[in-house]
Amino acid sequence: MEFSELIRTGQAQAELLRGPEMPPLRGTLCVTGHHLLLSPGPQATPDLWLLLLRSVDSIEKRVAGDAGTITLRCKDLRVLQLDIEGVEATLDIARSIEALSSLESVITSFPFFYRPKGLRLGESWHFHPPERYYKRVARETRAWRLSEANEDFSLCPSYPRAVIVPRAVDDDALARSAHFRQGGRFPVLSYYHAPSGTVLLRSSQPLTGPQKRRCAEDEELLQAVLAGARPGSRGFIVDTRSAQAAKQARMTGGGTEAKSAYPGWKRLHRPLERGRPLQESFVHLVEACGDLEQSMDRWLSRLDGCRWLSHVKEALSTACLAAQGMEWEGACILVHGAEGTDSTLLVTSLAQLILDPLSRTMAGFQELIEREWIQAGHPFQLRCAHSAFSHTRPKHEAPIFLLFLDCVWQLGRQFPLSLEFGEGMLLALFDHSYASSFGTFLCNSEKERCLCEVRTRTHSLWSGLNQPKEQRKLRNPLYAPNPLAIWPSVEPQSLQLWQGLFLRWTHPPEPSEVAWEKVWQIATDQEKTEGSQPTDSASEPQP
Amino acid sequence: MEHIRTTKVEQVKLLDRFSTSNKSLTGTLYLTATHLLFIDSHQKETWILHHHIALVEKLALTTSGCPLVIQCKNFRIVHFIVPRERDCHDIYNSLLQLSKQAKYEDLYAFSYNPKQNDSERLRGWQLVDLAEEYKRMGLPNSNWQLSDANRDYKICETYPRELYVPRIASKPIIVGSSKFRSKGRFPVLSYYHQNKEAAICRCSQPLSGFSARCLEDEHLLQAISKANPANRYMYVMDTRPRLNAMANRAAGKGYENEDNYSNIRFQFVGIENIHVMRSSLQKLLEVSGTKGLSVSDFYSGLESAGWLRHIKAVTDAAIFLARAIMVENASVLVHCSDGWDRTSQVCSLGSLLLDPYYRTIRGFMIHEHIHSCQFGNFIGNCQKEREELKLKEKTYSLWPFLLHDQKKYFNPLYSSTSQKLAVLEPNTVSFNFKFWRNMYHQFDRTLHPRQSVFNIIMNMNEQNKQLQKDVKDLESQIKQHKNKQTDGVLTKELLNSVRPESPALKTSLCLKEQTLLPVKDALRTVEGSSPADNRYSEYADEFSKAEPAVVSSEYGVARMTC
Repeated sequence: MEFSELIRTGQAQAELLRGPEMPPLRGTLCVTGHHLLLSPGPQATPDLWLLLLRSVDSIEKRVAGDAGTITLRCKDLRVLQLDIEGVEATLDIARSIEALSSLESVITSFPFFYRPKGLRLGESWHFHPPERYYKRVARETRAWRLSEANEDFSLCPSYPRAVIVPRAVDDDALARSAHFRQGGRFPVLSYYHAPSGTVLLRSSQPLTGPQKRRCAEDEELLQAVLAGARPGSRGFIVDTRSAQAAKQARMTGGGTEAKSAYPGWKRLHRPLERGRPLQESFVHLVEACGDLEQSMDRWLSRLDGCRWLSHVKEALSTACLAAQGMEWEGACILVHGAEGTDSTLLVTSLAQLILDPLSRTMAGFQELIEREWIQAGHPFQLRCAHSAFSHTRPKHEAPIFLLFLDCVWQLGRQFPLSLEFGEGMLLALFDHSYASSFGTFLCNSEKERCLCEVRTRTHSLWSGLNQPKEQRKLRNPLYAPNPLAIWPSVEPQSLQLWQGLFLRWTHPPEPSEVAWEKVWQIATDQEKTEGSQPTDSASEPQP
Repeated sequence: MEHIRTTKVEQVKLLDRFSTSNKSLTGTLYLTATHLLFIDSHQKETWILHHHIALVEKLALTTSGCPLVIQCKNFRIVHFIVPRERDCHDIYNSLLQLSKQAKYEDLYAFSYNPKQNDSERLRGWQLVDLAEEYKRMGLPNSNWQLSDANRDYKICETYPRELYVPRIASKPIIVGSSKFRSKGRFPVLSYYHQNKEAAICRCSQPLSGFSARCLEDEHLLQAISKANPANRYMYVMDTRPRLNAMANRAAGKGYENEDNYSNIRFQFVGIENIHVMRSSLQKLLEVSGTKGLSVSDFYSGLESAGWLRHIKAVTDAAIFLARAIMVENASVLVHCSDGWDRTSQVCSLGSLLLDPYYRTIRGFMIHEHIHSCQFGNFIGNCQKEREELKLKEKTYSLWPFLLHDQKKYFNPLYSSTSQKLAVLEPNTVSFNFKFWRNMYHQFDRTLHPRQSVFNIIMNMNEQNKQLQKDVKDLESQIKQHKNKQTDGVLTKELLNSVRPESPALKTSLCLKEQTLLPVKDALRTVEGSSPADNRYSEYADEFSKAEPAVVSSEYGVARMTC
């Protein structure tokens, strides 16, 4: 396909307004296959302004007289306004942006063309898959093995090639268990908690259906999990749907584990919001945050009405419940909802951040996201196709990953010294999950990524983020390794709106940025002074 | 002491305020002449000053005992269960008596003895020198002078003796104006902006009714506007809602008629009165104190309490005031009804925005003194009352104690050199106002962040200073050695002897803050952070229910806290 077919005009003169705090830019506007460019001329700073077309969420055009205005609402929640000379040029540019920003083909997307200086293709892709995590588990226990039963993605199209399963269960049993689980997502190990010898598992719902079918191999698998843990261990199944919703799912072939079929396991229901209601919650919150004139009462009522912070609270509470079950009750935990690709991952990844100090390091957090979100088959392409501004009716969109990032941000607020990464890292992950020059968040599963050759033909976000020049933005200058579990308060008074994200563009961030800079300065001053050597002349006196 | 019947009750339970499963600590309750003291089984002490108690309630008898709920003025709420109803009744009655503020002389401040001698005590009281503060503002000058009109509190009992007024305002004008103002509170200077030559003045409402006028009052306002060479127009800010001010006219009070005063611009601000504010705060505390509060109830409660709306209104008024001075060079006269509540809020916040000095610790003390003590109250309601109470001989000043502990109050990110922010202009868009958890839940440990950024930055700052000093010391020592002898080995030894101290210093400070405990004890965690402290732990009851044989989380709590 040629992008040029979609580009209707070469260039136009335009003025760009980027919000109340930024000066407008005037210059030549130009649409390319992947970008919108504005060149204010060589003497201006910046001399080139660039927007990835993929990051445009919605576009609005208006013409009056012989000029037009295009309003671009971006997936990172920015709102941009372009005042363009010429009605035809305005309409052409608007149509070009519309067509190019909604292209669905993965292999023609920008990451397949992005070749930044200083990075080599294929670098750091191999950093984080499950094999690496298995090595960690194998050091602690012999009860688990790495299975390559899914090598050709035939058991489960949304799992990676290799998964960690109980040693006592062979690949044939896995295959049967996979048949019994929606989308083939049989129970696999998500996290091994060494201090208690317990494990966190995840799967999708069992396909019990109205006849209450059973699957011996699936039951054996969960039995083997308990047998592999400390003697007398119990298990809890944290179902992220309400008991009623789980029951109703039987009518459509799904369901939940019957008590009698899984001795030693007890089911707990913790309904978490998902799908369209969650997307609407996000949309309503962003709408409320865009209104600078509203009264205090209106703002509070909208903040309440969108229910976003309730979702944050429920997600954190459920993750704490799972973590607590492991650390305090010595129980094994299986988490699933329906598909097991959304709220399930939210709970398992948050529980690990709470329990596991390694996942709170920069490298560990990247590994966690790679393992528990990307490789675990969270359908990023479907969920993040549109952000909060899209006019199209949401189909598969849901800000589950954003909800995860928000929960991590809350953890960071309550334990400001315990995360090696700062708010900047969470913002970057949000931006890149919706639109990116890197290939990391492309596609919906490992299988699709293999088909598109994402690993060999695009750059990894991790190698982009791990460049030294990015560190000041991403790291927490106050980090001090904390070997303990971090139990957050989930009281409403303790949870806060993530202003750095939801008000990033509407609200001048200046004071907090000044403070952040100052914190960096203090923290780096300290390193400098502590590590400093006296000046040459002083340390090596001349005779 | 005649109020105390029982001085000690054992086996009293202190309930966790937010736990829905009646988690509690058991200990002994002591009643002294000044304090209620609870010592729990871990020897942790909870002291409650009788005069901090706002409300004591005895709830209906339960199977475990008689509940006694005490609400304090500093937002502490404690919930005791006293095993025997008689003891509870005795303590309840004693506290009812002891917490009553009968006479000033009964206040703890009059019996508190911090072991200062008289000269230290005097110096403490002299820390805040108002004459000095007026001098700092550049007063007196050609337009403003000290007036002795109120030297004997003859014109206005609630004003201090020393007041600044326009030089051209004669005593008869002041006296005349004071008769036209509620409680005699005529317009006086509150803050003078030296660069802009503009003043913030304050007063109470005029007794204008529907048509009354007072030439002296009109003259005094004109004198204030003439004292500002840059702008002859002055603002008169009535901080009340328009309706309230209009209602006051029926009672012979009211607000300035623009037609009668030359060169004024009259403006209502719409801050609610103390009765509205009081019930708003009560509602807020009710909401935030609810057990098992949902996010939705919290925000709808926050909205209906209206507290943040009031905070925004006061802030908006202060910004209006600061802009009038900075942008228009205009003087501003602020009043409400009596001119001692809303007026104080607006004048003090306004001058805090304008003057970086009030944003230092010492400056803030003076600021508080001018606005809370001189005109309002800490003890006593005005200077006259405080003199009659002989506070300076009988009690101690708070300021030296705050200054002594000033490290606790420092903001480590404060930068005195950021001239760019010389005048603060906060953005009052609604989402900038947030529930102040650290104030209203200051005693509810479990709701707070578990690690303090401020403390760690403070420590880093100090270490940085210390390390830089070390480096300088070493360099100068090396230089000295260089002069004396030329042996390089000695220099290196010297370096080694000092350097290892720094990392140790760092670790110890970090440990102190985070209370990091040995890793091997998996049940321990960052202090104040355990699942047992938080509400999701109540779900853990389900774990216990599943198999009665397993360890309950309550057992875990006991292990953790021992």
